Amino acid sequence: MNRSILLSSVLHVLLIIITAMSLPFLSKKPIDLPPIVSIELIQITDKTNIPFAPKAKKIIEEVKEKEKKLVSEQAPPKKVKKIKPDSVPMPEDEVEKVEKIKEDKQNPEKIDSEVKQVSEFEKDELFDPNNIAALIDKSKEETAETTNKTDKVTQDQQRTVESSGLSLSEEDALKAQIFGCWSIPLGLPYNENLLVRIKLQLKPDGTVAKSEILDHARMNKPGQGFYKVLAESALRAVKLCQPLRVPTTGYERWKELQLNFDAREMLEG
Amino acid sequence: MKKLLISILLILFPLKSFALIEVDITRGNLNPLPIAVSPLSIDENSRKNFEKILKKKNIGSEISIVVENNLKTSGLFNPLNKDAFLQAPDIANLKPRFEDWNLIKAQALITGKVSYIEEKLRVEFRLWDVLAGKEMLALAFTTVPNNWRRVGHIITDKVYQRLTGEKGYFDTRIIYVAEEGPKTKRIKKLAIMDQDGANNKFLTLGNELVLTPRFNPTSQMVTYLSYFRNLPRVYLLDIETGMQEVVGDFPGMTFAPRFSPNGKKIIMSFAKDGNSDIYTMDLENRIVEKITNHPSIDTSPSYSPDGKFICFNSDRSGYQQIYIMKSDGSNVKRISFGKGLYGTPVWSPRGDLIAFTKLHKGKFYIGVMRTDGSGERLLTENFYQEAPSWSPNGRVLIFYRETKTDKQGKGFSAKLWSIDLTGYNERMVDTPTDASDPSWSSLLSN
Repeated sequence: MNRSILLSSVLHVLLIIITAMSLPFLSKKPIDLPPIVSIELIQITDKTNIPFAPKAKKIIEEVKEKEKKLVSEQAPPKKVKKIKPDSVPMPEDEVEKVEKIKEDKQNPEKIDSEVKQVSEFEKDELFDPNNIAALIDKSKEETAETTNKTDKVTQDQQRTVESSGLSLSEEDALKAQIFGCWSIPLGLPYNENLLVRIKLQLKPDGTVAKSEILDHARMNKPGQGFYKVLAESALRAVKLCQPLRVPTTGYERWKELQLNFDAREMLEG
Repeated sequence: MKKLLISILLILFPLKSFALIEVDITRGNLNPLPIAVSPLSIDENSRKNFEKILKKKNIGSEISIVVENNLKTSGLFNPLNKDAFLQAPDIANLKPRFEDWNLIKAQALITGKVSYIEEKLRVEFRLWDVLAGKEMLALAFTTVPNNWRRVGHIITDKVYQRLTGEKGYFDTRIIYVAEEGPKTKRIKKLAIMDQDGANNKFLTLGNELVLTPRFNPTSQMVTYLSYFRNLPRVYLLDIETGMQEVVGDFPGMTFAPRFSPNGKKIIMSFAKDGNSDIYTMDLENRIVEKITNHPSIDTSPSYSPDGKFICFNSDRSGYQQIYIMKSDGSNVKRISFGKGLYGTPVWSPRGDLIAFTKLHKGKFYIGVMRTDGSGERLLTENFYQEAPSWSPNGRVLIFYRETKTDKQGKGFSAKLWSIDLTGYNERMVDTPTDASDPSWSSLLSN
């Protein structure tokens, strides 16, 4: 009896020791994960967007001048007839050419001229609160223009886009263009289901070959005056916007396009 | 069997195709629509005849100016400068060269012709969609020459309706209280004018104080309040015939009689036994019915366009707020909960909004809210302004605004102003004297 009690108590003590030894892993702190680094995905373009560093230019020029000086101090350069290898562009030459291109694109003087354009615009038109919506639309148009110019779809992107439709930037560019052209008839009731769907057949340059209102029968029904007004305004917008800002590639996928005009958001506003 | 085979083949050999790309356009610009109003063409014979009758050199141009001004004041259209027009009016009316009108960025074009036929004025006009290159509307009117301004207003209404989808408000009139003299000894007369301020006429002599004229929504009838031997008396006045009728004498504190939507009743508030409540009076049998029964002050009632509800203001919550109830006085519900005091609620003819005057921190606002009290929008703020009245299409409000007097008590003036629902298009309506308490008529022609 005593033996069995002893055995039991020894086993219990053992169990407690084992538990005490093995449990602490539960109280361990979770592994410190490194903080999440957010990465912005940017479309790769042909030219870099990194601003040109004038300091680097100065340093390069200084180095070059030093080299020139060294050469001139030693001896005047001999006049040597041009040999074939000289006509092959050297890596240094390439650097100079790239610099020249950069100067063309990112010359600070050009930035000045842009600022001047803005001031001329402001001089012409005083600020008018009525035109805030128009200004916003214009700014959208401008940004859309720039994105359209820089966003050249690469072959890889084209492959993925071909099956799905327009890319977000392409769709935004088109939307922004039509937003600017569409004068919304302000008398429309905001609580009615007024959605005008227009199917377009486009030419490769973005001009409209054919436009068709999908619910055309509704236009001439009695009591559908508002729908008719909205449909006509949408058609005017399409005509005014021609040529549409469509992607430069992949004509097959966007040669037919459906525009859904819905003014409720604006009218409720 | 053949069909089955074909369908199986079609399923087995799908052609390479692209799903139709859909783009949702949910935004647009709210800029005024560029419109060209070409002067209405007129032949030499008609021009001479109208010059004799109307003393106007070119009635065609005059009508087009009326149309142009109307479109401009609406804030929804931008009439283009006539100097930029490339096509002559008479040729434009026959067949516009859309390329020319497109060049000056016109999206719509109005052309027309005026002629003198059997001592009458005949005006035909066409509305063109410049971008689509097609005619949108063509109408002709014949009337007495003196009605030439009304023809201009009717043309504007038709163009407005065709391009915006809602009825216009240009062939309408405004009745108001014309005020003259020092603030302490004001002479108040009833006056009426076209909505653009033309054809101003005084309807009373100014011997008695007149207040709160209101148009009947169905006819050219007006009800107003006038004091006769220091007692308020409610009158009916037929604008066309000039006939005036007394509806009845009421107690000292009677306010703002207003027609029901069918024009058969008048609703107003008056104090009986020291308590101000809302009453209606049937114009046929003159039976007065009490609508509210509450110890608070209930005033400024206004019917919903379907006649089923009434909005009014009451101080039953301790402060003056807006309430709505069924037309029999049941189901009273408070709808305004913002800071400040709310008054003069007026139900929109479209039925979707209620306009009001709000007093908050010493400033007066004209605003609108939905009929459940949501979506409150303050359209304009000033030192003192009140009494909004809706245009018949429920897009524009007319109200009056008073200016501050200086220390010598000078500089006081009261003028009519209009503002549209966007809150941007605010304009003073020109009147020959000071003016207050405006009321907008329904369309004269439908």
